[in-house]
Amino acid sequence: MELSRREFTKFGCKIIIGAAAGTTLIESIATIDAQEATSSKNYDWTKHYWGYIVDTSKCIGCGRCANACKLENHVPFDEPVYRTWVERYRITNEGREEKVTIDSPNGGIDGFTDDIPADEVKKAFYVPKICNHCENPPCVQVCPVGATYETEDGVVLVDYNYCIGCRYCIQGCPYGARYFNTEKGTADKCTWCYHRITKGLLPACVQACPVGARKFGDLKDPESEINKILDKERINVLKPDLGTKPKVYYVGLDREVR
Amino acid sequence: MAIENLIWGYIYPNEAEIQWSILIVLYPYITGLVAGAFIASSLYHVFGKQEIKPVARFALLTALAFLLVATMPLLTHLGHPERGIEIMFTPHLTSAMSGFGYIYSFYLIIVLLEIWLSFREDIVKNALKFKGWKKLMYSSLALFSYDISEKSLHDDEKFARKLAIIGIPSAAFLHGYVGFIFGGIKANPWWSTPLMPIIFLMSAIVSGIALLILLYLTASWLRKKAINYKTLFSLAHYLWIFLILDVALEMLEIISMKYESLEEIEIIDRLLSDKIATTFYGVQLTLGIFVPFVLLILVMVMKNREKLKTLMVAVSAILVVIGVFAMRWNVVIGGQEISKSLSGTMTYVPVFFSQEGVLPAMIILILPFIILTVLTFILPPWKDMDAEME
Repeated sequence: MELSRREFTKFGCKIIIGAAAGTTLIESIATIDAQEATSSKNYDWTKHYWGYIVDTSKCIGCGRCANACKLENHVPFDEPVYRTWVERYRITNEGREEKVTIDSPNGGIDGFTDDIPADEVKKAFYVPKICNHCENPPCVQVCPVGATYETEDGVVLVDYNYCIGCRYCIQGCPYGARYFNTEKGTADKCTWCYHRITKGLLPACVQACPVGARKFGDLKDPESEINKILDKERINVLKPDLGTKPKVYYVGLDREVR
Repeated sequence: MAIENLIWGYIYPNEAEIQWSILIVLYPYITGLVAGAFIASSLYHVFGKQEIKPVARFALLTALAFLLVATMPLLTHLGHPERGIEIMFTPHLTSAMSGFGYIYSFYLIIVLLEIWLSFREDIVKNALKFKGWKKLMYSSLALFSYDISEKSLHDDEKFARKLAIIGIPSAAFLHGYVGFIFGGIKANPWWSTPLMPIIFLMSAIVSGIALLILLYLTASWLRKKAINYKTLFSLAHYLWIFLILDVALEMLEIISMKYESLEEIEIIDRLLSDKIATTFYGVQLTLGIFVPFVLLILVMVMKNREKLKTLMVAVSAILVVIGVFAMRWNVVIGGQEISKSLSGTMTYVPVFFSQEGVLPAMIILILPFIILTVLTFILPPWKDMDAEME
């Protein structure tokens, strides 16, 4: 193709303008995160100890958290595996007894359907679930090779290059928070988005929650939002009798929730 | 079948897949047979029960044959079998599973030494008798030491006895520890009990003795030799005693669960009445324990009628071997069929052709019998059986 000088100049200008516009757009998207994000190279894990709060009274069961998690962490959408999910509890009267119906279709990602007439439901609520990153994690205890471990800042992670895939940790977790990653041939679980929190970002599920039912923060920072909630609210954890000492704290936890 | 049809109530979303398959049922089953066969042999080697002598060395070979395949179901099951050896190199000692490599290896050494000592006389004699590759094989097995003087054999026997004394606790440990792998999981109410190691051990002894009875009867039949009734009925007697201990512990476990009725009782009830009702009440308790228990009592009280009694012992042994398999199934699979949410159940559907399917399980279960056959050609244990008959 032969270009005249005039056409060449026009073409060149278009490219420059297009490229500049493209860069600006990408930059503006990036700044959403970059304003808070710092490099994880400067991250000092001895200075943090992370905690998580779920306010069950706020959750509306939209499932955005579970969806965001799958997207962010490349958790397969076509397999029944979840790093976080939302449970729905509905309590109805059955004669003189109470009946509890629990469900979490596709981890709550697609929302929930009303298969019980609303007027029959006495009480209903949603409960988001996620790895509790226990202070005393049974999954770490039972791993035969030490492939799953606690970081200094209180996060329970899996070393995918070391895990032998025996699945003992999946058996050991009382909360069903672990799953087997068929692609990697190893155990897998929530990392509290470690790649994000070490850059000063929030876990994807927390960021995606439209109602603030999920809070994440530093337990070592007395000024953090989660410490303020912990100081003020009545808090419970899941299955406290097992002595796992979860670091996911629940506000408004119903007795039916396990 | 659609996954929804396999689920009742609410299970945590990650629980839809059963993680430990039929291969993990085989693992405690096989190690149990190993421990049981070894303990049966030590009835003679340690406790000097002469009536067990005819099958004592045969029992050791049986233990070895099963021990050699004990790691197979585990390795086949791993997501990364090539990393399995890390359990030896970098064991994480708070894990019950991390001891497996060491306990297994230690026990393998004990069984090998015990076999070597009790067969050394035969090995040396064969090394001197044969020519060519057979001579080389037996000479190597004899470690090129041909001293079979009376003193030397006496020393062997003394050492073998000491070894067997160490062997009993290690057999108990090998299998008790397998029980702890399950018993130490507080997340699972069907597994979590301090009784688990001892229940596993008793059922191991029961299955080992029953297997030995079956193998002894089969070997006698194949070799067209008469059965030593004294040995057979003595084994049957021990089988009966250990059956009682076994059932007492299993019942204690269920009764205290029911009596205490903690929050998990509803889901345990559902497990027992629905998910594993047939394999638990039907196979494990009725066919696997109650029927053989009654048959063995009859064997003990009946006089003469050796043929009928032999048949009854054989039937009991077959039932016990099946019953203990059902017990392993009910623990391993049953425990995974209840949700840790305590609100639902799921169903394990075995597949035939797959890495964790029924086919590899069958191959792994047949393998020890082939190994045992080969072993009996290299180290024939028949001399003791035949000697007693003369």
